Amino acid sequence: MVQLTLPKNSQIRVGKTWPKPEGAKNLRTFRIYRWNPDDGENPRVDTYFVDMDSCGPMVLDALIKIKNEIDPTLTFRRSCREGICGSCAMNIDGGNELACIFGMDEVKGDVRIYPLPHMPVVKDLVPDLTHFYAQHASIQPWLETKSNTPAKEWKQSIEDREKLDGLYECVMCACCSTSCPSYWWNGDRYLGPAALLHAYRWIIDSRDEATGERLDDLHDPFKLYRCHTIMNCAKTCPKGLNPAKAIAEIKKMMVERVV
Amino acid sequence: MADVNRGNRPLSPHLTIYRLPLTARLSILHRITGMALVPGTVLVVWWFVAGAWSAAHFATVDWLLSSWLGLVVMMLSLWALCYHFCNGIRHLVWDMGRNFDLEATQRANYIVIGASVVLTLITIIIV
Repeated sequence: MVQLTLPKNSQIRVGKTWPKPEGAKNLRTFRIYRWNPDDGENPRVDTYFVDMDSCGPMVLDALIKIKNEIDPTLTFRRSCREGICGSCAMNIDGGNELACIFGMDEVKGDVRIYPLPHMPVVKDLVPDLTHFYAQHASIQPWLETKSNTPAKEWKQSIEDREKLDGLYECVMCACCSTSCPSYWWNGDRYLGPAALLHAYRWIIDSRDEATGERLDDLHDPFKLYRCHTIMNCAKTCPKGLNPAKAIAEIKKMMVERVV
Repeated sequence: MADVNRGNRPLSPHLTIYRLPLTARLSILHRITGMALVPGTVLVVWWFVAGAWSAAHFATVDWLLSSWLGLVVMMLSLWALCYHFCNGIRHLVWDMGRNFDLEATQRANYIVIGASVVLTLITIIIV
């Protein structure tokens, strides 16, 4: 259901302004969403000042610097710092990005950071991705086969392998699904771009023998057809993938198998 | 892991903080124009029905629709129709699985906006 305003407990208050680091000449302002599950307060946006002369170029560098030097309670996920793990997905300057590979030079003015949009917040910039992962699991992201298991590996031609390019690179960071207005309003039943991209990845895998069942499962007014080609997913994907195209290909297969 | 706060979690902000790309704005505009065309069509039908009803009735409706307010509403409806038509064609192209890369999408954004304005102007000039 479309609900344009935030529930009462989610409305954002003005937060604290943290002191400027002493002696710094090249300051950058960060406005960061905070929510602490333990104090019973509403979320707030805190203001931090970071010395750019002693900070790395990426947004994650600044977040780590804030956590180390200004406010150790600032909470966010991060791991690989090179765009492979997908942990540090967050909303930066109005778009969903991986903080580790998003340069601060791409932001004009203050750097505004929020958790991934329209998600339950665990703490600060950490969203609860339980439902998102459950949707991924629901499309059965593994090889389904009926024929006898070969003595060695399941073989695939080079051409068939190339069909998986642009799909297998997905790191499940959830940037695309949480950028999608359709997913905001119907995320309980619509699978969202990430899960659908993975569904397509298995549908077109030449080794997979459950294509029909996979399509049957997606043949649903909500699971697949809430995609209205808004294209936010492709625009925001930090890995440069195109979930919208994958979804269109599934829709095409749905038509082709009836015609 | 014990998770005592699951029920109390706030919802992270969405529309208010997301910088919607042009493609997304045009997407919602497609819906808005589609909805707006319903009352627009009703007005035009009303005009026709009034014409078939009686001269006096027609004069009233005709006066209303050719007043400046009526004209503005009709012009906007005309543009809404052109936009909805052009963007509809683009959706057909998308349904064929084409035009999905970001440059092509951006180009189509401008084409749809431009074509809707040009079609509106052509119609105004002809009529």
